[in-house]
Amino acid sequence: MEFDGERILDGINLYFNDHEFLTLLGPSGCGKTTTLRIIGGFLTPTSGDVLFDGKRMNDVPPYERQVNTVFQRYALFPHLNVFENVAFGLRVAKLHKQEIQERVHEMLGIVGLKGYEHRRIDSLSGGQQQRVAIARALVNRPKVLLLDEPLAALDLRLRKDMQNELKRIQQTLGITFIYVTHDQEEALSMSDTVVVMDKGRIQQIGRPEDIYNEPKNAFVADFIGESNILDGVMLADYKVRFFGRTFKCLDAGFAPNEPVDVVIRPEDIDFVPPEEGHLVGTVTSVTFKGLNYDIIVDFRGFKWLIQTTDHQPEGATVGIRLNPEDIHVMHKSEYSGMFGDYSSYSAEYDELTEDADDEEE
Amino acid sequence: MRKNKSLLLSGPYILWMLAFTLIPLCVVLYYALTDVETGKFTLDNMQQLVQYLPAFWRSILYSLIAAVICLVIGYPVAYYMAHCGPVAQKFLYMLVMLPMCMSFLLRTLAWVGILQDTGIINTLLIKLGFPHEPGEPVINLIRTPGAVILGMVYNYLPYMILPLYSVICKIDNRLVEAAEDLGCNGRKVFSKVILPLSMPGILTGMTMVFVPAVSTFYISNKMGSTETILIGDIIERMFKQGDNANMGAALSLLLMVLVFVCTGIINRFGGDEEGSVIV
Repeated sequence: MEFDGERILDGINLYFNDHEFLTLLGPSGCGKTTTLRIIGGFLTPTSGDVLFDGKRMNDVPPYERQVNTVFQRYALFPHLNVFENVAFGLRVAKLHKQEIQERVHEMLGIVGLKGYEHRRIDSLSGGQQQRVAIARALVNRPKVLLLDEPLAALDLRLRKDMQNELKRIQQTLGITFIYVTHDQEEALSMSDTVVVMDKGRIQQIGRPEDIYNEPKNAFVADFIGESNILDGVMLADYKVRFFGRTFKCLDAGFAPNEPVDVVIRPEDIDFVPPEEGHLVGTVTSVTFKGLNYDIIVDFRGFKWLIQTTDHQPEGATVGIRLNPEDIHVMHKSEYSGMFGDYSSYSAEYDELTEDADDEEE
Repeated sequence: MRKNKSLLLSGPYILWMLAFTLIPLCVVLYYALTDVETGKFTLDNMQQLVQYLPAFWRSILYSLIAAVICLVIGYPVAYYMAHCGPVAQKFLYMLVMLPMCMSFLLRTLAWVGILQDTGIINTLLIKLGFPHEPGEPVINLIRTPGAVILGMVYNYLPYMILPLYSVICKIDNRLVEAAEDLGCNGRKVFSKVILPLSMPGILTGMTMVFVPAVSTFYISNKMGSTETILIGDIIERMFKQGDNANMGAALSLLLMVLVFVCTGIINRFGGDEEGSVIV
């Protein structure tokens, strides 16, 4: 896919299964909305094909596709009330009045908006508008529902509720959901399959657990959760060397002495007395996060993030042990060295990906 | 505190309106209800209004036709403008505004020059050898209802295009995509989304064309004939030639009422309270 000669999407090869909840996850500008718009028919790819049940869809206009979309910020019709917004697609399809009545009422029941039929759109809260948008799309019984950051405009609490709601609706109706978000937590908790994208390319496709536990490169490891990413060398199968020590690990299939990226999740690290530790370092900062402490430990100038419930005072000398299952080894990639160093750690790192309201268009 | 401040700021204009709108209206009312010679209270002026009814109907009919023609011409232009690039938009906007920078009188006189029997069109047709009676024009353009309506359309078209343009500009393209997504082809997107959403602009445009057109006198004066005399012409005559200000006042009053009724009807078409424009 190209815009003004600039390559936005490159080598996107995706399969969507029936009844699946699939999430396109990535930072803003990564091409996930573009991918969705191609599936919806609002953009025609400059090369490549969109297939639907084996049929080529490239030249099929949006209004003839069995796909419906929940748009970013909803795009509800301001001149129609709740009932008419939901009934819109059915009226266009010239369904019988009786059937329209029934289906709209049924759908408003599913999204929990019974009794709101005659309300004006601008009298609804964000969460209610969201539900109308979902009902408006689902009432047409599409084979695939596309959702473009549908929860981005809601506050945290409402977002959590709607996540559960969406998952429930998807399971009840058995419709394929293709969901776009930049929120990794949302992606992990809702999806059957997660597609991590960056710079217009798919970085990894997999089940949420696999994406989290077996990230393919430094970008995925950093974008999904927190990661300490270190330079290492794969000595042989199940043996990796970093920080001047050789560790046992569970990874195999690398070339002998191949340079690799080593990922260690902050929550997998346990503190031990310094004399028992594989590595010994100094605590440089401690932040209380509610569930745990975020502790930054300096190991020979490389700062690690460690999440633990054990409090350690600043300046303390600590040791850590790494078990084979705590270590994940990845091939080197273009992202190597860009992520996973907490030298410039700030307690706000969580919010870095939150400002993605503006999309690539 | 805030309310007081805004009252203070709007005060001068409110005073202005009181002095130069409300009080004159009372004066008009007074004149309309008094005798031209004795100055005593009378309903004579009101009773005589009946004889001017044809001119009233003609004014309303011509103005409505002009407003509808403006809508038909103006809507596609406004729609096209709203979907142009920013540079083209500015250029077209300027083009629409340009005639308004020229004197109204001059614009109307220019049309007389084009349409009259010895005007540009007829001269050209004669040169091209079209048959005509000696001393007569090839086609009779000036002094026809068509000429008057043309004058109205030409003069008031910008008042239709600009509100339409600003309303269409504001229609969110995502609504168009949403409609497409829900099964609308291009024609249905227009009838089910774009047209209803441009209703406020249509109503404003209709009102902005209709109201000045219905009370115009100069256009019909220059481009019309005795058969196309409009109520504005009659009122002008009452004050300037007939020296019957009392009758003129009565006519003005009735015109005002009719304008209110007509704009009320126009706005009723919109249905919802949001779209209506109060003049």
